[in-house]
Amino acid sequence: MRETRMSQGMTQYLDFEKPLAEIEGKAEELRALGRANEEMDVASEAAALDAKAETMLTDLYKNLTPWRKCQVARHPERPHCRDYIDALFTEFTPLAGDRNFADDLAVMGGLARLDGTPVMVIGHEKGSDTKSRIERNFGMARPEGYRKAIRLMQMAGRFNLPVITLIDTTGAYPGKGAEERGQSEAIARSTETCLQIPVPLISVIIGEGGSGGAVAFATANRVAMLEHSIYSVISPEGCASILWKDSEKMREAAEALHLTAQDLKTLAVIDEIIPEPSGGAHRGKSAAMESVGKSIKAMLKELGKKKGADLVADRRQKFLKMGSKGLAA
Amino acid sequence: MNWITNYVRPRINSIFSRRETPENLWQKCDECGTMLFHRELTENLNVCTNCGHHMNITPRDRFKALFDGGVFNEVKVPEPLADPLQFRDQKRYPDRMRTAQKTTGEKEAMLVASGEIGRTPIIAAAQDFSFMGGSMGMYVGNAILAAAEEAVKLKRPLILFSAAGGARMQEGILSLMQMPRTTVAVQMLKEAGLPYIVVLTHPTTGGVTASYAMLGDVHIAEPNALICFAGPRVIEQTIREKLPDGFQRAEYLLDHGMLDRVTPRTEMREELITITRMLLGMPPAVRGDLPAPEKTEKVDPVAAATAPVAEPGASAAKPAPAPTPQKPLK
Ligand SMILES: [Zn+2]
Repeated sequence: MRETRMSQGMTQYLDFEKPLAEIEGKAEELRALGRANEEMDVASEAAALDAKAETMLTDLYKNLTPWRKCQVARHPERPHCRDYIDALFTEFTPLAGDRNFADDLAVMGGLARLDGTPVMVIGHEKGSDTKSRIERNFGMARPEGYRKAIRLMQMAGRFNLPVITLIDTTGAYPGKGAEERGQSEAIARSTETCLQIPVPLISVIIGEGGSGGAVAFATANRVAMLEHSIYSVISPEGCASILWKDSEKMREAAEALHLTAQDLKTLAVIDEIIPEPSGGAHRGKSAAMESVGKSIKAMLKELGKKKGADLVADRRQKFLKMGSKGLAA
Repeated sequence: MNWITNYVRPRINSIFSRRETPENLWQKCDECGTMLFHRELTENLNVCTNCGHHMNITPRDRFKALFDGGVFNEVKVPEPLADPLQFRDQKRYPDRMRTAQKTTGEKEAMLVASGEIGRTPIIAAAQDFSFMGGSMGMYVGNAILAAAEEAVKLKRPLILFSAAGGARMQEGILSLMQMPRTTVAVQMLKEAGLPYIVVLTHPTTGGVTASYAMLGDVHIAEPNALICFAGPRVIEQTIREKLPDGFQRAEYLLDHGMLDRVTPRTEMREELITITRMLLGMPPAVRGDLPAPEKTEKVDPVAAATAPVAEPGASAAKPAPAPTPQKPLK
């Protein structure tokens, strides 16, 4: 389950994981000591610390506050779009460009097979190291990214390929060129395209579902969210600085926004919560990716039986009905 | 010669029936600082008579000036759930709502109406920036859907005046969901073959711009209106450079291909009449400076030029083909 941490010595702890970091550090030290002095028997003591750490981790992640979920959702080692594509699909063939201005690397997209079935897969990619993060603009798409997605979704519609979108963005890029080239129009058209295509459209929010930049891909027949991912109209920091006039009030804002998968399920904004391994998807990448794959396949199987016109009508109805359910007091 | 009673008089009436304001009230233009006589400003639709600066105008005042005779019927908007998230920042959301309702005298941030402009039956929706920044929540979403449904039912074009800081944060994700919901409203209009004209007014930003405000058949903006997805301050913080003058203003968007036209508010009504009538295949509207309609319909060269396939007035397949006698107005 926790292969990443064990095998790669993962040490990127979040601030609330400090007590855990201490225990795991101690266990690590003890083992190092054991390796240095052959006669010292540290195994049982280290194992006890491991067990303690395991319990602590489970407890911590059982009741993550909304703000902590934001931190987990943004964890740099959380599996990203590219990881899911590599793990779950075969024959992935990236398709580039909006045929108008550029290719936006913040958005990945292309043909691929899922269990042998050809599909179109599109998602935000944040990058995994300094170089790729800059190349991919930290997953913040420009109009070209949305226009590429529109092109691919329309192509999928023509060739009867289901579309799978993987959502992971802080939001659309707030830049000069992006505005000049019609960021708003590109997002609006992307949402419109989501509503038009006569094929199954499935979205999984794998990390951050940041506002309009996310909804542009997530106006789907089915929307699933990983257990610790977030989906919100505005970032907690942004909300705090506007409504509290203090960006440090992000904890309060995260609470108030109800941006967790659990609350969004209650509100019927999402359809399904995909469980994450103990300690979050970044501590068990392959387990998380496997769960996502299972969920996508199940949704696809269900939607695959429907006619194109019904898929369009259902999608529409789903969003028209939204908002009839509030959170209980 | 009933064109005077049908067309000109209602406009005269509308000028006098507008909200009475004390004669001695003056208002300062926030752009040029000129002290403007309140009544003069109101008659000029809140556009500074000195510098042309467009100040905020409420949907109700706009509609009074837009519709023939200042007469319109409000379209009922389905009531959404109140405070679905029990949202509380420094204030409770219901308290913020009550304050907004008290200061504006309106129920919510959008007004939907049906009526006629230059004898052209339309549905209009206008966002109220003075009501919580015009923010798009479930009510605004419902209002746009109600406007589209009414337009489809009556086979009329929809003219939407946008003005908003963005989505209503107090409704959290449900405000974000108005982006797809309002997009469905636009699709309904397009499927019914009805014109959807967006008039973007200051300011139109965020999720509002990135949904229904950018999906019109025709985009017209008021001069100098701020129209953007991300606000200039956010962009300056992100790219750490000063933005050029006029960035994200209406004229800038026109230059960058996002708008069809930038039109002063005082000329907007005439322009909307002209455009909607052409899109609907109707003959030109009767104007105050044209001869009486009986004569116009037969020989008007403009009508002949804009109806290349048929005789002017012969496009009877389209709804409301000609200026019809004034219906009894409520
Ligand atoms: Zn002025």
